[in-house]
Amino acid sequence: MLHAILVSSPAVGALVAGLFGRWLGDRGAQLVTCGLMAVSALCATLGLFLYAGEPASKVVLARWIAVGGFEAEWALRIDTLSTVMMFVVSFVSFWIHVYSIGYMAGDPGVPRFMSYLSLFTFAMLMLVTSDNLLQLYFGWEGVGLASYLLIGFWYTRPSACAAAIKAFIVNRVGDFGLALGVALCFFLFDSIHFDVVFAGAAERADATVRAFGLEAHALTLLCVLLFLGAMGKSAQLGLHTWLPDAMEGPTPVSALIHAATMVTAGVFLVARFSPVFEFAPAALALVTVIGAATAFFAATVGLTQFDIKRVIAYSTCSQLGYMFFACGVGAYAAGIFHLFTHAFFKALLFLGAGSVIHAMSGEQDMRKMGGLAQKIKFTYAMMWIGTLALVGFPGTAGFFSKDAILEAAWASHYAFHLFAFWLGLAAAVLTAFYSGRLMFLTFHGAARGDHEVMEHVHESPPVMLVPLVVLAIGALFGGWLGKGMLDPEGRWWGGALFTGAENHVLHAVHEVPLLVKLAPTFAMAAGLGLAWLCYVRMPSLPERAAAALRPLYLFLYNKWYFDELYDRLFVGPALALGRLFWQRGDIGIIDRFGPDGVAQAVLAGGSRTVRLQTGYVYHYAFAMLIGLVLLVGLYLFLFGA
Amino acid sequence: MSDWPLLSLTIFLPLVGVAFILFIRGAPEIVAQNARAVALWTALATFLLSLMVWAHFDPAKGGYQLVEQATWLEPLGIRYHVGIDGISLWLVLLSTLLTLVVIVGSWYSVHERVKEYMITFLIMDTLMVGTFCALDIVMFYVFFEGILIPMYLIIGIWGGPRRIYSAFKFFLYTLAGSVLFLVAIIAMASEAGTTSIPEITRHEFPVAMQMWLWLALFASFAVKVPMWPFHTWLPDAHVEAPTGGSVLLAGVLLKLGGYGFLRFSLPMLPEASAFFAPLVFALSIVAIVYTSLVALAQTDMKKLIAYSSVAHMGIVTIGCFTANPLGLTGALVQMLSHGLVSAALFMVVGVVYDRIHSREIAAYGGLAERMPVYATLFMLFMLASVGLPGTSGFVGEILVIVGIFNVTPATPAIPAQGSWVALLAATGMVLGAAYMLWVYRRVIFGALEKPTLAAIRDLRLNEVLAFAPLVLLVILMGVYPSIFTDPMIPSVERVLAEIGASSPIRAAAVAP
Repeated sequence: MLHAILVSSPAVGALVAGLFGRWLGDRGAQLVTCGLMAVSALCATLGLFLYAGEPASKVVLARWIAVGGFEAEWALRIDTLSTVMMFVVSFVSFWIHVYSIGYMAGDPGVPRFMSYLSLFTFAMLMLVTSDNLLQLYFGWEGVGLASYLLIGFWYTRPSACAAAIKAFIVNRVGDFGLALGVALCFFLFDSIHFDVVFAGAAERADATVRAFGLEAHALTLLCVLLFLGAMGKSAQLGLHTWLPDAMEGPTPVSALIHAATMVTAGVFLVARFSPVFEFAPAALALVTVIGAATAFFAATVGLTQFDIKRVIAYSTCSQLGYMFFACGVGAYAAGIFHLFTHAFFKALLFLGAGSVIHAMSGEQDMRKMGGLAQKIKFTYAMMWIGTLALVGFPGTAGFFSKDAILEAAWASHYAFHLFAFWLGLAAAVLTAFYSGRLMFLTFHGAARGDHEVMEHVHESPPVMLVPLVVLAIGALFGGWLGKGMLDPEGRWWGGALFTGAENHVLHAVHEVPLLVKLAPTFAMAAGLGLAWLCYVRMPSLPERAAAALRPLYLFLYNKWYFDELYDRLFVGPALALGRLFWQRGDIGIIDRFGPDGVAQAVLAGGSRTVRLQTGYVYHYAFAMLIGLVLLVGLYLFLFGA
Repeated sequence: MSDWPLLSLTIFLPLVGVAFILFIRGAPEIVAQNARAVALWTALATFLLSLMVWAHFDPAKGGYQLVEQATWLEPLGIRYHVGIDGISLWLVLLSTLLTLVVIVGSWYSVHERVKEYMITFLIMDTLMVGTFCALDIVMFYVFFEGILIPMYLIIGIWGGPRRIYSAFKFFLYTLAGSVLFLVAIIAMASEAGTTSIPEITRHEFPVAMQMWLWLALFASFAVKVPMWPFHTWLPDAHVEAPTGGSVLLAGVLLKLGGYGFLRFSLPMLPEASAFFAPLVFALSIVAIVYTSLVALAQTDMKKLIAYSSVAHMGIVTIGCFTANPLGLTGALVQMLSHGLVSAALFMVVGVVYDRIHSREIAAYGGLAERMPVYATLFMLFMLASVGLPGTSGFVGEILVIVGIFNVTPATPAIPAQGSWVALLAATGMVLGAAYMLWVYRRVIFGALEKPTLAAIRDLRLNEVLAFAPLVLLVILMGVYPSIFTDPMIPSVERVLAEIGASSPIRAAAVAP
């Protein structure tokens, strides 16, 4: 009952605000959605106390699909993993609903916005509580839809529309893998219910399957297909291009969807399927490699961007990489722990950035900021809390989770664990650097904005500042929960996260050398120090460095040219092929030799036949004579005289 | 009431309406008004009757129900024989519903020859329902071919500027297939010694003969579906057809092909079906990828939706030949879903065409500002078309993909590996999203800048009423498809039994 209310109240909010928003007005829509989200958040908080550590249970709401053994219900699976996720989603979402009241004030589409936010929350809750792959898929595409709607919220802007479509389609590429994963899962297990799949994974550990022209290890193939979906949703290297563009959406959206919750769905999926991934070491290796590469890649791009939201977006991409390689090296608990802490400090950073943008009358370019620390002190302080948590300053939430991940990467014996460790460590330096750069460029130094804009800089209203405080508390103290989450015996999780018999990574993290333990802190100090040097102490240094390393700088500034590459490889050729098939294929070949050709031939044949009818008697007489000769000749030839 | 000839009533009731309309006389406006009213009430009554059919249908049984028989052409053994099973039940309901929707939706958009327009659509109703109910192969053929005539008239009389070319193309294409179908019917009837569909299904045709028969049937059904490369009549027909014509063409007529595969090709010619299944898969895959790409390049909204229909029907043909319950049910659900969604999408185009008289995507942009209700409905149907979970489009698609994937293991007869078919079919998900989202973006989003659109008005009441049942059904079928799949399953199982577990196409699905 608790969970049914928890999940359904955002849906009710979305429906009411969406359908009756015109009559409710802005205030009414805000009250309804925020009120219902408050109910949901309360239930989720209660759930965290009541259900954490309990074994899995399930609430079946209704039948969905039942055909030929392929069955899926609308159901809620309640175990510690989904309880944690529900808490993160509902709690953060509630505060972002509240923040939106202030941030979106005066926008003509307030009811629509609140409705979309609630719709997203509902889909995300369906995703994390699913007890079968199909409902997960429902939530998966549902959050994709909400993300599409919210990125394109300001639909008159061409850039917003383009970003929205890009987000949906790149996600669809991932979903394509997930759909095939559903099919393979049913093929392997005759079921898509999690409990059946997880129970049956061990006995199929050595099974092979003939698919896509190869004889593959069945569980590896399944995990790779699922991971393809996870890559799309969580913006991992290769399918990451949509996330930075998604910053076209209003800032609360970036905080909720593109930082705290939706993009972490991929990590959730891998953790949820830990009972299967544990038997697919090759798939785990892939997760590790992609995760570590993304963590590093996104951090390098983050160094050079000037849009305040894009820097944070790349940072999100990079942090998701951390979560993935944590799972890849077998430390699922560390991955989810980082997901948990990240939700707080990244939402805080985005909302803080939103407060900055609000103060700057919509300006997002950090080159036009600077010197804001004195003018918006409160936001400044909150942003520092978020930044410190992100870079892993000792004592903050991010410190515990990032340390845990890096230590796990060192201590694990899974494939590529050292690759992940070193890239993760390098990314930690870069993270500290770009975070420091963001803070110094925005808040320190001389004011570079227009005089008029700087005159108007003002602190945000309390309705926007209170959510910042709440999230800041989470960013500072959320790490203390980690002790339970990282318990080597996994008691805290009540069996929701599975680790194989050989997997002792959470034990091993306690035995890493001191240097490894201290490495993340050193990395952070180095990065922040360097940023301070570059942007406070010697502000001319970055430009000189960029000029000296121009090719590298351009390569990073243009995001490793992924967008250009994809345009050349996919977008252009798809359109060209479409035109080719249409003009040459349909019109040029099928119609030309098909219906039009036949019609032409009949017409031509007809007009030729007509020409035979000349009307001259001697023509006919001649034809008869020839005919007679031929017939007689044929007769003689065939039967012999 | 249960001993009433429900099916015959449903089939022939529209003709009663036609008779009434024929006798309407008077000033043109009065005639038009009365013709509309009579057509509306007739279509509504027919739809309610078909709901009665549903109420009397026992979903637990797999055989034909509500069967009626009467002598017709006794010397040839041809009988009037109707009945429905879980496969045809929904197609009957779809036909009667869409006829009603068309009449409501085109209330204000048809001004010329209103009387004749309404008559043609009511006749269409009779013919469509008759086709799906017919259990005698000759009777089926008569109805099946009969549909061509009103549709030809609809395109040719109420169509756009190139209507004559399109009408001829449509007619010739379908007729070419039909001639072969007729030959096949004669051959089957004389071989089996009966024209009753259930009895022919029980007859085992020699394998060599099956091959020829299968190809002849295929020629007819593949054009109807349409499968690549027999699809080029469809975009032209849709572009020139009036909205109502497009709705029935996409909504019901395309389903005749899939229905034909399920009713004739598969159960009557199982060996040939197994043999040719790879061909069907290959053509379907080409259809999905090729026409999706072509759709991407379209500048005409109706053409775009027409091409998307070809791609979606590719999923149906794949599902039909998986010969497992998942694939078959998926194909049926996909047919229903496509019937609703593509019909709705053509109506969506019709709404703005009525106002601006252009089908060009470039003529629009920024409609969301002035037409919020329209934008919302278009969004819903667009999402259903791309198969978003929670809409009808998803259920059929996922069932077929899972179904074809599970054909893989023990299928020596199908060298085209199921997993590959699934993989390539699933690319339609990505491409479908691309062209639908893009067209939506160009029509609905953006700034409203074009002067022609400045005064465009949102949906009228009759348009909202026409869309309403489609909206409800698309969501209902997505959220709780069991209502629709439960009555199908016994019939699907029966078809699978008719195919026979020993036949190669079935062996795959039976093996674990």
